[in-house]
Amino acid sequence: MKLLVPVKRVIDYNVKPRVKADGTGVDLANVKMSMNPFDEIAVEEAIRLKEKGVATEIVAVSIGPAKAQETLRTALAMGADRAILVTTDDAVEPLAVAKILAKIAEEEQPGMVILGKQAIDDDSNQTGQMLAALLGWAQGTFASKVEVDGEAVNVTREVDGGLETLRLKLPAIVTTDLRLNEPRYASLPNIMKAKSKPLAQKTPADYGVDTTPRLTTLGVREPSKREAGIKVQSVDELIDRLRTVGVI
Amino acid sequence: MKTLVLVEHEGGHLKDATLSAVTAAARLGEVHLLVAGEGVGGVAEAAAKIAGAGKVHVADGAAYAHQLAENVAPLAAGLMQGHDAFVAASTTTGKNVAPRVAALLDVMQISDVIGIEGEDTFQRPIYAGNAIATVKSADSKKVLTVRGTAFEKAAAEGGSGQIEAVPGGEESGLSSFVGAEIAASERPELTSAKIIVSGGRALGSSEQFHQYIDPLADKLGAAVGASRAAVDAGYAPNDYQVGQTGKIVAPEVYIAIGISGAIQHLAGMKDSKLIVAINKDEDAPIFQVADLGLVGDLFKLVPELTEKL
Repeated sequence: MKLLVPVKRVIDYNVKPRVKADGTGVDLANVKMSMNPFDEIAVEEAIRLKEKGVATEIVAVSIGPAKAQETLRTALAMGADRAILVTTDDAVEPLAVAKILAKIAEEEQPGMVILGKQAIDDDSNQTGQMLAALLGWAQGTFASKVEVDGEAVNVTREVDGGLETLRLKLPAIVTTDLRLNEPRYASLPNIMKAKSKPLAQKTPADYGVDTTPRLTTLGVREPSKREAGIKVQSVDELIDRLRTVGVI
Repeated sequence: MKTLVLVEHEGGHLKDATLSAVTAAARLGEVHLLVAGEGVGGVAEAAAKIAGAGKVHVADGAAYAHQLAENVAPLAAGLMQGHDAFVAASTTTGKNVAPRVAALLDVMQISDVIGIEGEDTFQRPIYAGNAIATVKSADSKKVLTVRGTAFEKAAAEGGSGQIEAVPGGEESGLSSFVGAEIAASERPELTSAKIIVSGGRALGSSEQFHQYIDPLADKLGAAVGASRAAVDAGYAPNDYQVGQTGKIVAPEVYIAIGISGAIQHLAGMKDSKLIVAINKDEDAPIFQVADLGLVGDLFKLVPELTEKL
Protein backbone atom coordinates (compact mmCIF):
# COMPACT_ATOMS: atom_id res chain seq x y z
CA MET A 1 0.00 0.00 0.00
CA LYS A 2 0.93 3.61 -0.48
CA LEU A 3 1.54 5.80 2.57
CA LEU A 4 1.01 9.55 2.69
CA VAL A 5 3.12 11.38 5.29
CA PRO A 6 2.43 15.09 5.87
CA VAL A 7 5.33 16.99 7.44
CA LYS A 8 5.56 20.54 8.79
CA ARG A 9 8.48 22.94 8.92
CA VAL A 10 8.60 24.40 12.43
CA ILE A 11 10.99 26.10 14.84
CA ASP A 12 13.68 23.62 15.91
CA TYR A 13 12.68 21.98 19.17
CA ASN A 14 15.96 23.03 20.83
CA VAL A 15 15.35 26.73 20.21
CA LYS A 16 13.64 28.74 22.91
CA PRO A 17 10.84 30.71 21.24
CA ARG A 18 10.83 34.47 21.89
CA VAL A 19 7.73 36.59 21.70
CA LYS A 20 8.17 39.60 19.39
CA ALA A 21 8.36 42.94 21.18
CA ASP A 22 5.29 44.23 19.31
CA GLY A 23 3.22 41.28 20.52
CA THR A 24 2.24 40.08 17.05
CA GLY A 25 3.76 36.63 17.26
CA VAL A 26 6.89 34.63 17.90
CA ASP A 27 10.14 35.81 16.34
CA LEU A 28 11.17 33.35 13.61
CA ALA A 29 13.73 35.58 11.85
CA ASN A 30 17.14 33.83 11.69
CA VAL A 31 15.86 30.99 13.85
CA LYS A 32 16.80 27.39 13.10
CA MET A 33 13.87 25.53 11.55
CA SER A 34 13.43 21.76 11.38
CA MET A 35 10.88 19.06 10.73
CA ASN A 36 8.22 18.88 13.44
CA PRO A 37 9.51 16.10 15.77
CA PHE A 38 6.20 14.21 15.73
CA ASP A 39 6.30 14.23 11.91
CA GLU A 40 9.81 12.75 11.97
CA ILE A 41 8.33 9.88 13.94
CA ALA A 42 5.63 9.57 11.25
CA VAL A 43 8.25 9.42 8.46
CA GLU A 44 10.20 6.79 10.42
CA GLU A 45 7.09 4.66 10.95
CA ALA A 46 6.30 4.80 7.24
CA ILE A 47 9.84 3.71 6.37
CA ARG A 48 9.64 0.81 8.83
CA LEU A 49 6.35 -0.32 7.25
CA LYS A 50 8.06 -0.22 3.85
CA GLU A 51 11.05 -2.15 5.17
CA LYS A 52 8.65 -4.81 6.50
CA GLY A 53 7.10 -5.09 3.04
CA VAL A 54 3.74 -3.71 4.20
CA ALA A 55 4.09 -0.43 2.33
CA THR A 56 5.24 -0.02 -1.25
CA GLU A 57 5.61 3.73 -1.65
CA ILE A 58 5.96 6.71 0.71
CA VAL A 59 4.77 10.14 -0.42
CA ALA A 60 5.76 13.06 1.82
CA VAL A 61 3.66 16.26 1.68
CA SER A 62 4.27 19.68 3.12
CA ILE A 63 2.12 22.79 3.05
CA GLY A 64 4.01 25.98 3.74
CA PRO A 65 6.61 28.44 2.42
CA ALA A 66 9.05 27.56 -0.39
CA LYS A 67 11.62 26.71 2.27
CA ALA A 68 9.46 23.78 3.39
CA GLN A 69 11.20 22.08 0.48
CA GLU A 70 14.14 21.53 2.88
CA THR A 71 11.82 19.67 5.24
CA LEU A 72 10.62 17.48 2.37
CA ARG A 73 14.23 16.79 1.34
CA THR A 74 14.86 15.62 4.89
CA ALA A 75 11.91 13.21 4.59
CA LEU A 76 13.25 12.01 1.23
CA ALA A 77 16.72 11.55 2.72
CA MET A 78 15.26 9.48 5.54
CA GLY A 79 13.57 7.22 2.99
CA ALA A 80 10.41 8.72 1.48
CA ASP A 81 10.12 8.06 -2.27
CA ARG A 82 8.69 11.31 -3.57
CA ALA A 83 7.31 14.59 -2.29
CA ILE A 84 4.57 17.14 -2.89
CA LEU A 85 5.08 20.75 -1.81
CA VAL A 86 1.98 22.92 -1.58
CA THR A 87 3.49 26.40 -1.48
CA THR A 88 1.89 29.29 0.34
CA ASP A 89 3.31 32.16 2.35
CA ASP A 90 0.14 32.49 4.40
CA ALA A 91 -0.29 30.77 7.73
CA VAL A 92 -2.57 27.83 6.99
CA GLU A 93 -4.78 26.60 9.81
CA PRO A 94 -5.28 22.89 10.57
CA LEU A 95 -8.77 22.89 8.99
CA ALA A 96 -7.44 24.19 5.66
CA VAL A 97 -4.41 21.88 5.86
CA ALA A 98 -6.79 18.96 6.37
CA LYS A 99 -8.85 20.06 3.34
CA ILE A 100 -5.76 20.18 1.11
CA LEU A 101 -4.58 16.81 2.44
CA ALA A 102 -8.02 15.33 1.80
CA LYS A 103 -7.78 16.37 -1.87
CA ILE A 104 -4.29 14.89 -2.11
CA ALA A 105 -5.51 11.68 -0.48
CA GLU A 106 -8.32 11.45 -3.04
CA GLU A 107 -5.74 11.73 -5.84
CA GLU A 108 -3.11 9.48 -4.34
CA GLN A 109 -5.39 6.85 -2.72
CA PRO A 110 -3.02 5.95 0.14
CA GLY A 111 -3.76 3.00 2.45
CA MET A 112 -2.79 5.12 5.44
CA VAL A 113 -1.95 8.72 6.20
CA ILE A 114 0.57 8.87 9.06
CA LEU A 115 1.22 12.27 10.65
CA GLY A 116 2.37 13.85 13.88
CA LYS A 117 -0.23 14.27 16.61
CA GLN A 118 0.60 17.95 16.88
CA ALA A 119 3.05 20.54 15.60
CA ILE A 120 5.27 22.11 18.22
CA ASP A 121 4.56 25.66 17.02
CA ASP A 122 0.78 26.10 17.28
CA ASP A 123 0.24 22.93 19.39
CA SER A 124 -3.21 22.49 17.84
CA ASN A 125 -3.44 18.68 17.74
CA GLN A 126 -6.22 18.75 15.13
CA THR A 127 -5.07 18.01 11.58
CA GLY A 128 -5.22 14.20 11.67
CA GLN A 129 -8.63 14.06 13.30
CA MET A 130 -10.00 16.68 10.88
CA LEU A 131 -8.59 14.83 7.89
CA ALA A 132 -10.22 11.61 9.11
CA ALA A 133 -13.57 13.43 9.40
CA LEU A 134 -13.32 14.96 5.93
CA LEU A 135 -12.42 11.63 4.31
CA GLY A 136 -14.83 9.61 6.46
CA TRP A 137 -11.96 7.35 7.54
CA ALA A 138 -11.08 5.80 10.87
CA GLN A 139 -8.54 7.54 13.11
CA GLY A 140 -5.90 6.15 15.46
CA THR A 141 -4.56 9.14 17.36
CA PHE A 142 -1.55 9.34 19.73
CA ALA A 143 -0.20 6.01 18.47
CA SER A 144 2.52 4.12 20.30
CA LYS A 145 2.22 0.95 18.18
CA VAL A 146 0.97 0.36 14.64
CA GLU A 147 0.39 -3.14 13.23
CA VAL A 148 -1.14 -3.67 9.83
CA ASP A 149 -3.22 -6.84 9.70
CA GLY A 150 -4.79 -7.54 6.32
CA GLU A 151 -7.51 -5.00 5.58
CA ALA A 152 -7.17 -3.38 9.00
CA VAL A 153 -4.58 -1.78 11.25
CA ASN A 154 -4.34 -2.23 15.01
CA VAL A 155 -3.28 0.99 16.68
CA THR A 156 -2.25 1.18 20.32
CA ARG A 157 -2.93 4.66 21.66
CA GLU A 158 -1.47 6.58 24.59
CA VAL A 159 -4.53 7.65 26.56
CA ASP A 160 -4.86 9.40 29.93
CA GLY A 161 -5.28 6.20 31.93
CA GLY A 162 -2.70 4.10 30.09
CA LEU A 163 -2.94 2.39 26.70
CA GLU A 164 -5.85 1.50 24.45
CA THR A 165 -5.85 -0.60 21.27
CA LEU A 166 -8.28 0.02 18.42
CA ARG A 167 -8.76 -1.89 15.18
CA LEU A 168 -9.24 0.46 12.23
CA LYS A 169 -10.56 -0.40 8.81
CA LEU A 170 -8.16 0.70 6.05
CA PRO A 171 -7.70 3.28 4.68
CA ALA A 172 -7.10 5.04 7.98
CA ILE A 173 -5.40 8.00 9.64
CA VAL A 174 -2.70 7.45 12.26
CA THR A 175 -1.23 10.26 14.38
CA THR A 176 2.05 9.59 16.15
CA ASP A 177 2.97 9.95 19.79
CA LEU A 178 6.49 10.20 21.20
CA ARG A 179 7.13 6.55 21.91
CA LEU A 180 6.11 5.05 18.57
CA ASN A 181 9.74 4.84 17.42
CA GLU A 182 13.06 6.66 17.38
CA PRO A 183 13.58 8.36 14.04
CA ARG A 184 16.78 7.59 12.15
CA TYR A 185 19.31 10.13 10.94
CA ALA A 186 19.68 10.42 7.20
CA SER A 187 23.08 9.21 5.96
CA LEU A 188 25.19 11.48 3.75
CA PRO A 189 24.73 9.28 0.63
CA ASN A 190 20.97 9.32 1.22
CA ILE A 191 20.98 13.10 1.63
CA MET A 192 22.73 13.32 -1.76
CA LYS A 193 20.28 10.85 -3.33
CA ALA A 194 17.32 12.77 -1.94
CA LYS A 195 18.24 15.77 -4.08
CA SER A 196 17.24 13.90 -7.23
CA LYS A 197 14.04 12.35 -5.90
CA PRO A 198 10.86 13.78 -7.47
CA LEU A 199 9.26 16.80 -5.78
CA ALA A 200 6.03 18.18 -7.25
CA GLN A 201 5.17 21.85 -6.70
CA LYS A 202 1.54 22.81 -6.12
CA THR A 203 -0.52 25.63 -4.61
CA PRO A 204 -3.66 25.55 -2.45
CA ALA A 205 -5.58 26.86 -5.51
CA ASP A 206 -4.62 23.71 -7.44
CA TYR A 207 -6.75 21.83 -4.94
CA GLY A 208 -9.52 24.45 -4.87
CA VAL A 209 -9.07 25.04 -1.16
CA ASP A 210 -9.76 28.43 0.40
CA THR A 211 -7.14 28.92 3.10
CA THR A 212 -8.58 32.15 4.54
CA PRO A 213 -8.02 31.89 8.30
CA ARG A 214 -11.01 31.48 10.58
CA LEU A 215 -9.04 32.65 13.60
CA THR A 216 -7.46 36.09 13.90
CA THR A 217 -4.58 36.43 16.30
CA LEU A 218 -5.22 39.61 18.29
CA GLY A 219 -1.99 39.39 20.23
CA VAL A 220 0.76 37.15 21.54
CA ARG A 221 2.32 37.66 24.94
CA GLU A 222 4.84 36.01 27.22
CA PRO A 223 3.35 33.73 29.85
CA SER A 224 3.33 35.12 33.36
CA LYS A 225 6.73 34.52 34.89
CA ARG A 226 7.23 32.41 37.95
CA GLU A 227 9.85 33.71 40.34
CA ALA A 228 12.42 31.38 41.83
CA GLY A 229 11.85 30.80 45.52
CA ILE A 230 14.35 29.90 48.16
CA LYS A 231 16.73 27.04 48.77
CA VAL A 232 16.31 25.19 52.03
CA GLN A 233 19.28 23.54 53.69
CA SER A 234 17.76 20.37 55.07
CA VAL A 235 14.80 18.03 55.01
CA ASP A 236 13.75 19.39 58.43
CA GLU A 237 13.68 22.95 57.12
CA LEU A 238 11.68 21.78 54.08
CA ILE A 239 9.09 20.11 56.30
CA ASP A 240 8.92 23.22 58.53
CA ARG A 241 8.27 25.42 55.52
CA LEU A 242 5.62 23.07 54.16
CA ARG A 243 3.89 23.04 57.55
CA THR A 244 4.04 26.85 57.76
CA VAL A 245 2.23 27.25 54.45
CA GLY A 246 -0.20 24.62 55.64
CA VAL A 247 0.10 22.29 52.67
CA ILE A 248 0.89 19.23 54.78
CA MET B 1 -25.39 31.18 23.49
CA LYS B 2 -26.15 27.48 23.93
CA THR B 3 -23.18 25.23 24.64
CA LEU B 4 -22.83 21.47 24.44
CA VAL B 5 -20.27 19.96 26.83
CA LEU B 6 -18.88 16.49 26.16
CA VAL B 7 -19.18 14.51 29.40
CA GLU B 8 -16.19 12.30 30.16
CA HIS B 9 -16.75 9.19 32.14
CA GLU B 10 -15.10 5.91 32.96
CA GLY B 11 -16.45 2.83 34.69
CA GLY B 12 -19.82 4.51 35.27
CA HIS B 13 -18.29 7.59 36.94
CA LEU B 14 -18.25 11.12 35.67
CA LYS B 15 -14.68 12.41 35.41
CA ASP B 16 -13.56 15.66 37.05
CA ALA B 17 -12.33 17.04 33.73
CA THR B 18 -15.99 17.51 32.79
CA LEU B 19 -16.54 19.88 35.73
CA SER B 20 -13.84 22.29 34.52
CA ALA B 21 -15.27 22.15 31.01
CA VAL B 22 -18.70 23.07 32.44
CA THR B 23 -17.21 26.14 34.14
CA ALA B 24 -15.67 27.25 30.84
CA ALA B 25 -18.93 26.61 28.97
CA ALA B 26 -20.94 28.56 31.56
CA ARG B 27 -18.82 31.60 30.73
CA LEU B 28 -20.22 31.40 27.19
CA GLY B 29 -23.87 30.73 27.96
CA GLU B 30 -26.35 27.97 28.73
CA VAL B 31 -24.75 24.63 29.57
CA HIS B 32 -26.15 21.49 27.95
CA LEU B 33 -24.33 18.21 28.19
CA LEU B 34 -23.76 15.15 26.03
CA VAL B 35 -23.31 11.76 27.63
CA ALA B 36 -22.38 9.07 25.10
CA GLY B 37 -21.71 5.53 26.25
CA GLU B 38 -23.24 2.17 27.02
CA GLY B 39 -25.17 1.73 30.27
CA VAL B 40 -24.61 5.36 31.20
CA GLY B 41 -27.85 6.07 33.07
CA GLY B 42 -25.88 6.74 36.26
CA VAL B 43 -23.47 9.08 34.49
CA ALA B 44 -26.41 11.00 33.01
CA GLU B 45 -27.93 11.41 36.48
CA ALA B 46 -24.58 12.65 37.81
CA ALA B 47 -24.32 15.07 34.87
CA ALA B 48 -27.81 16.44 35.58
CA LYS B 49 -26.71 17.26 39.14
CA ILE B 50 -23.77 19.43 38.05
CA ALA B 51 -24.46 23.01 39.11
CA GLY B 52 -25.82 24.93 36.14
CA ALA B 53 -26.67 21.88 34.03
CA GLY B 54 -29.43 22.38 31.46
CA LYS B 55 -30.44 19.56 29.15
CA VAL B 56 -28.45 16.34 29.39
CA HIS B 57 -28.53 14.56 26.04
CA VAL B 58 -27.94 10.87 26.57
CA ALA B 59 -26.90 8.54 23.76
CA ASP B 60 -26.85 5.07 25.27
CA GLY B 61 -25.81 2.22 23.06
CA ALA B 62 -23.10 -0.25 22.09
CA ALA B 63 -21.76 2.09 19.40
CA TYR B 64 -20.71 4.54 22.10
CA ALA B 65 -19.29 2.01 24.57
CA HIS B 66 -15.66 3.02 24.03
CA GLN B 67 -16.13 6.64 22.96
CA LEU B 68 -14.91 5.86 19.45
CA ALA B 69 -14.47 9.18 17.65
CA GLU B 70 -15.94 7.71 14.46
CA ASN B 71 -19.27 7.15 16.27
CA VAL B 72 -19.31 10.00 18.80
CA ALA B 73 -18.31 12.83 16.42
CA PRO B 74 -21.31 12.51 14.03
CA LEU B 75 -23.61 12.31 17.06
CA ALA B 76 -22.14 15.50 18.54
CA ALA B 77 -22.11 17.26 15.17
CA GLY B 78 -25.80 16.41 14.73
CA LEU B 79 -26.68 17.85 18.14
CA MET B 80 -24.67 20.96 17.35
CA GLN B 81 -27.42 22.01 14.94
CA GLY B 82 -29.20 23.26 18.05
CA HIS B 83 -26.13 24.62 19.88
CA ASP B 84 -23.59 27.37 19.33
CA ALA B 85 -20.46 26.01 21.00
CA PHE B 86 -19.04 22.52 21.58
CA VAL B 87 -16.80 22.32 24.64
CA ALA B 88 -14.61 19.34 25.55
CA ALA B 89 -11.84 18.96 28.12
CA SER B 90 -8.24 18.88 26.83
CA THR B 91 -7.89 15.21 27.69
CA THR B 92 -6.97 12.42 25.31
CA THR B 93 -10.71 11.79 24.84
CA GLY B 94 -11.54 15.45 24.16
CA LYS B 95 -8.54 15.91 21.87
CA ASN B 96 -9.51 12.81 19.93
CA VAL B 97 -13.16 13.69 19.38
CA ALA B 98 -13.40 17.52 19.22
CA PRO B 99 -11.39 18.16 16.01
CA ARG B 100 -13.46 15.49 14.25
CA VAL B 101 -16.61 17.33 15.33
CA ALA B 102 -15.09 20.65 14.21
CA ALA B 103 -14.26 19.37 10.73
CA LEU B 104 -17.77 17.91 10.33
CA LEU B 105 -19.12 21.39 11.16
CA ASP B 106 -16.50 23.14 8.97
CA VAL B 107 -15.24 25.02 12.02
CA MET B 108 -11.66 25.79 13.06
CA GLN B 109 -11.23 24.45 16.59
CA ILE B 110 -9.60 26.47 19.35
CA SER B 111 -7.41 24.04 21.29
CA ASP B 112 -6.34 24.17 24.94
CA VAL B 113 -8.26 27.30 25.88
CA ILE B 114 -6.95 28.84 29.12
CA GLY B 115 -8.93 32.08 29.07
CA ILE B 116 -12.26 33.31 27.71
CA GLU B 117 -12.42 37.02 26.90
CA GLY B 118 -15.78 37.01 25.16
CA GLU B 119 -17.99 34.70 23.18
CA ASP B 120 -15.58 34.61 20.25
CA THR B 121 -12.23 35.54 21.83
CA PHE B 122 -10.00 33.09 23.67
CA GLN B 123 -6.51 32.73 25.10
CA ARG B 124 -4.45 29.64 24.39
CA PRO B 125 -0.82 28.61 24.88
CA ILE B 126 1.38 28.05 21.83
CA TYR B 127 5.02 26.99 21.44
CA ALA B 128 4.91 24.63 24.42
CA GLY B 129 3.52 27.38 26.63
CA ASN B 130 6.32 29.81 25.79
CA ALA B 131 3.75 32.22 24.41
CA ILE B 132 0.07 32.90 24.98
CA ALA B 133 -2.03 33.85 21.96
CA THR B 134 -5.33 35.68 22.03
CA VAL B 135 -7.43 34.53 19.09
CA LYS B 136 -10.80 35.64 17.74
CA SER B 137 -12.94 33.13 15.90
CA ALA B 138 -14.95 34.11 12.82
CA ASP B 139 -16.86 30.81 12.75
CA SER B 140 -20.55 31.01 13.60
CA LYS B 141 -20.25 27.92 15.80
CA LYS B 142 -17.32 27.43 18.15
CA VAL B 143 -15.49 24.22 18.98
CA LEU B 144 -13.17 24.39 21.99
CA THR B 145 -11.03 22.13 24.07
CA VAL B 146 -10.29 23.62 27.48
CA ARG B 147 -7.46 23.12 29.94
CA GLY B 148 -8.75 21.75 33.22
CA THR B 149 -6.06 23.59 35.18
CA ALA B 150 -7.31 26.96 33.94
CA PHE B 151 -10.93 26.64 35.09
CA GLU B 152 -12.27 25.85 38.55
CA LYS B 153 -14.38 22.75 38.79
CA ALA B 154 -18.14 23.37 38.76
CA ALA B 155 -19.95 22.01 41.81
CA ALA B 156 -20.87 18.36 41.24
CA GLU B 157 -24.13 18.78 43.19
CA GLY B 158 -26.95 21.28 43.12
CA GLY B 159 -28.01 21.21 39.49
CA SER B 160 -31.29 19.99 38.10
CA GLY B 161 -30.72 19.21 34.44
CA GLN B 162 -33.34 17.43 32.35
CA ILE B 163 -32.28 14.11 30.89
CA GLU B 164 -33.27 13.52 27.27
CA ALA B 165 -32.51 10.39 25.26
CA VAL B 166 -30.92 10.90 21.85
CA PRO B 167 -32.13 8.46 19.20
CA GLY B 168 -29.71 6.75 16.86
CA GLY B 169 -26.59 4.89 17.77
CA GLU B 170 -25.29 3.73 14.43
CA GLU B 171 -21.92 2.00 14.25
CA SER B 172 -19.71 3.65 11.67
CA GLY B 173 -18.16 0.26 10.92
CA LEU B 174 -14.79 2.04 10.68
CA SER B 175 -13.24 1.17 14.02
CA SER B 176 -13.62 -1.20 16.92
CA PHE B 177 -12.22 -1.50 20.42
CA VAL B 178 -9.68 -4.30 20.94
CA GLY B 179 -8.51 -3.78 24.50
CA ALA B 180 -6.97 -1.44 27.04
CA GLU B 181 -4.26 -1.53 29.65
CA ILE B 182 -5.52 0.96 32.17
CA ALA B 183 -3.45 0.95 35.32
CA ALA B 184 -5.64 0.36 38.36
CA SER B 185 -4.39 2.62 41.12
CA GLU B 186 -5.52 3.53 44.60
CA ARG B 187 -3.84 6.88 44.17
CA PRO B 188 -5.66 10.04 43.06
CA GLU B 189 -5.79 10.92 39.37
CA LEU B 190 -2.84 13.02 38.21
CA THR B 191 -4.90 15.80 36.69
CA SER B 192 -7.08 16.32 39.77
CA ALA B 193 -4.67 15.44 42.62
CA LYS B 194 -3.96 18.02 45.36
CA ILE B 195 -0.37 16.82 45.70
CA ILE B 196 1.85 15.25 43.03
CA VAL B 197 5.19 13.56 43.59
CA SER B 198 7.03 13.39 40.29
CA GLY B 199 10.24 11.55 39.45
CA GLY B 200 12.86 12.14 36.78
CA ARG B 201 15.70 10.38 35.06
CA ALA B 202 17.92 10.68 38.13
CA LEU B 203 15.92 7.86 39.71
CA GLY B 204 18.01 5.59 37.49
CA SER B 205 15.72 2.58 37.12
CA SER B 206 12.11 1.47 37.28
CA GLU B 207 12.81 -0.35 40.57
CA GLN B 208 14.34 2.74 42.19
CA PHE B 209 11.56 4.93 40.82
CA HIS B 210 8.99 2.86 42.68
CA GLN B 211 11.23 2.31 45.72
CA TYR B 212 11.78 6.03 46.32
CA ILE B 213 8.77 7.81 44.79
CA ASP B 214 5.87 5.53 45.75
CA PRO B 215 6.30 5.56 49.57
CA LEU B 216 6.52 9.37 49.62
CA ALA B 217 3.43 9.65 47.42
CA ASP B 218 1.54 7.20 49.61
CA LYS B 219 2.48 9.05 52.76
CA LEU B 220 1.17 12.31 51.27
CA GLY B 221 -1.86 10.76 49.56
CA ALA B 222 -0.37 12.12 46.36
CA ALA B 223 -0.55 11.13 42.70
CA VAL B 224 2.66 10.01 40.99
CA GLY B 225 4.00 11.77 37.92
CA ALA B 226 7.17 11.54 35.86
CA SER B 227 9.24 13.55 33.43
CA ARG B 228 9.38 12.57 29.79
CA ALA B 229 12.99 11.43 30.28
CA ALA B 230 11.90 9.00 33.00
CA VAL B 231 9.05 7.66 30.85
CA ASP B 232 11.25 7.33 27.76
CA ALA B 233 13.81 5.44 29.82
CA GLY B 234 11.09 3.02 30.91
CA TYR B 235 11.18 3.97 34.62
CA ALA B 236 7.49 4.93 34.63
CA PRO B 237 4.48 4.21 32.39
CA ASN B 238 3.44 6.73 29.72
CA ASP B 239 0.32 7.86 31.55
CA TYR B 240 2.55 9.29 34.32
CA GLN B 241 4.10 11.84 31.97
CA VAL B 242 3.73 15.47 32.99
CA GLY B 243 4.64 18.04 30.34
CA GLN B 244 3.61 19.74 27.16
CA THR B 245 2.92 16.47 25.35
CA GLY B 246 1.81 14.60 28.46
CA LYS B 247 -0.53 15.80 31.16
CA ILE B 248 -0.90 19.43 32.20
CA VAL B 249 -1.23 19.63 35.98
CA ALA B 250 -1.66 22.39 38.55
CA PRO B 251 -1.88 20.80 42.01
CA GLU B 252 -1.56 22.57 45.38
CA VAL B 253 1.90 21.04 45.76
CA TYR B 254 4.18 19.60 43.06
CA ILE B 255 7.26 17.80 44.31
CA ALA B 256 9.83 17.31 41.54
CA ILE B 257 12.45 14.71 42.42
CA GLY B 258 15.49 14.24 40.24
CA ILE B 259 13.87 16.29 37.48
CA SER B 260 16.17 18.81 35.79
CA GLY B 261 13.28 20.90 34.47
CA ALA B 262 13.35 20.79 30.68
CA ILE B 263 11.11 23.45 29.18
CA GLN B 264 8.63 20.82 27.98
CA HIS B 265 8.27 19.57 31.54
CA LEU B 266 7.89 23.05 33.03
CA ALA B 267 5.11 23.73 30.51
CA GLY B 268 3.13 20.93 32.14
CA MET B 269 3.45 21.92 35.79
CA LYS B 270 4.46 25.56 36.19
CA ASP B 271 0.95 26.60 37.22
CA SER B 272 1.17 24.45 40.36
CA LYS B 273 0.55 26.54 43.49
CA LEU B 274 3.71 25.43 45.31
CA ILE B 275 6.64 23.74 43.61
CA VAL B 276 9.23 21.80 45.60
CA ALA B 277 12.38 20.54 43.86
CA ILE B 278 14.95 18.05 45.07
CA ASN B 279 17.94 17.75 42.78
CA LYS B 280 21.67 17.24 43.19
CA ASP B 281 22.51 19.84 40.53
CA GLU B 282 22.06 23.28 42.06
CA ASP B 283 22.01 24.86 38.60
CA ALA B 284 19.14 22.69 37.35
CA PRO B 285 16.46 24.83 35.64
CA ILE B 286 13.80 23.35 37.91
CA PHE B 287 15.13 25.60 40.71
CA GLN B 288 14.21 28.67 38.63
CA VAL B 289 10.53 27.86 39.11
CA ALA B 290 10.65 26.08 42.46
CA ASP B 291 9.34 27.85 45.57
CA LEU B 292 11.32 25.52 47.78
CA GLY B 293 14.51 23.92 46.54
CA LEU B 294 16.66 21.32 48.25
CA VAL B 295 20.03 20.52 46.73
CA GLY B 296 21.38 17.07 47.42
CA ASP B 297 21.28 13.34 46.82
CA LEU B 298 17.70 12.23 46.34
CA PHE B 299 18.53 8.69 47.42
CA LYS B 300 19.31 10.05 50.90
CA LEU B 301 16.88 12.99 51.07
CA VAL B 302 13.71 11.31 49.81
CA PRO B 303 13.72 8.43 52.35
CA GLU B 304 14.48 10.97 55.10
CA LEU B 305 11.57 13.15 53.98
CA THR B 306 9.23 10.14 53.74
CA GLU B 307 10.22 9.04 57.24
CA LYS B 308 9.90 12.45 58.90
CA LEU B 309 6.57 13.46 57.40
